[in-house]
Amino acid sequence: MKALELDTFLRALEQADALEQIQDLIVGLRDTFEIDHVVYHWVSADGEQYGFGTYDPAWAQRYVERDYIRIDPVIVGCFQQFHPVDWKRLDWSSKAAREFRKDAQGYGIGNQGFSIPIRGPNGQLALFTASHTTDDESWAEFTGKHQRDWILMAHYLNQKALELEKGRAPEPVRALSPREVDALTYLGMGYGRGQVADLLSISEHTLRAYIESARFKLGALNTVHAVARATSEGLIIIGGAARAASGGWPGRHRDGKVPKSAAG
Amino acid sequence: MLRYVYGNELSNYPVLQDTMHRDRARQFAERLKWDVHVCENGWERDEYDAMNPLYVIWENRDGTHGGSMRFLPTTERTMVNDHFSALLNGVDIRSPFVWECTRFVLGTGAQPRVAAAMMLAGGELMRAFSLTHLLGVFDPRMVRIYGMIGASPEVLGSSGKGRDKISVGLWPFRPQDRIRVLKRAGLSSEISEHWFNRSFGQPIMQMQKVA
Repeated sequence: MKALELDTFLRALEQADALEQIQDLIVGLRDTFEIDHVVYHWVSADGEQYGFGTYDPAWAQRYVERDYIRIDPVIVGCFQQFHPVDWKRLDWSSKAAREFRKDAQGYGIGNQGFSIPIRGPNGQLALFTASHTTDDESWAEFTGKHQRDWILMAHYLNQKALELEKGRAPEPVRALSPREVDALTYLGMGYGRGQVADLLSISEHTLRAYIESARFKLGALNTVHAVARATSEGLIIIGGAARAASGGWPGRHRDGKVPKSAAG
Repeated sequence: MLRYVYGNELSNYPVLQDTMHRDRARQFAERLKWDVHVCENGWERDEYDAMNPLYVIWENRDGTHGGSMRFLPTTERTMVNDHFSALLNGVDIRSPFVWECTRFVLGTGAQPRVAAAMMLAGGELMRAFSLTHLLGVFDPRMVRIYGMIGASPEVLGSSGKGRDKISVGLWPFRPQDRIRVLKRAGLSSEISEHWFNRSFGQPIMQMQKVA
């Protein structure tokens, strides 16, 4: 997926204020990726569930009626786990699982799938899934190429879905820590990563961890997006205001504290 | 051999589970004298073990524990963020691409290659799941061991002195480390992948096209 398309998706997601909009966005994702289906599925430990996506509504209804949640190897296999899963790695050996799969394929779910599980409190599980009809080789290529983007989308989508679905409040977004503010401020000022690492007296690898973390907290797609979001939310100040401020540059303060002018 | 096991599957390997928690009690309570809880059955176990973490465990030939470590995603509650943020200048690292790695422990008399095998496993997790870093908590002895196997973390902060020292550090994913760590562990790439696939499911089932 092109970065621009992912960026458009995340920006639209950020602005969505109704679940119907998320549904539209997911349809758009399916079209962009040119795959059969994209689905978000949320389940609680006691079997409550909801979701949206591109599956045939008749299949969604059948899934509930037949209580497939108890059989579906994707749910059973991902329960309480946190690593991305290619459906091929799951246990489809039982008769019930095989029949479920046959039934699902009859509804056009596709023969390949890839799911990102995200655990919530009290045994909740959210799954963000891509499914398609293709051979193993091209599916491996697809998941290998897009895993990173899908993990990010899964998390941001889950945040938004929990936010919009009453009573399922997400974890509060964590504030940026001083070092993360420092890093984004310097990057926003146009310093290269090597220079920023030097200024902060850390290695580039550690800087990368700080940037990853800041990016995730800001719901951002990439570093540029993270700097833009942090600036627009007043978390960092770049340019004239910071230069004119009396507090000095962030990072001059070796104790890791950030001057008020930069912390906003 | 290496096993990748989630907490809820650990009881399928009762000997491994029992000896792992006992080795942890020996290392963290008896030797390092960390303020950890040892249960009546001799197990060191904490609240993060109750969060269904993923364990990487070296299993000895006799089925006992040879070494292990414990992983949790930093998008959830973690030990580092709960207890060690002071060592990180208040940085609270949260990313789906960073997993926390804690309770790194070696069994009694474990060969250095066991530590290398576990570092290899950490690398395999990063490679398979697009992780950029592992965020770890460790003691000074482990720093030496990591150095010996050529997989030194970047220490972000430490507290205490001498034997009481506890550090927090990052291992970045560097694809080129794999060959060196494989060599130190005395393992082939194939066997490492075999162990990984055996734990996470063999991707062998052909998902044949529906006509």
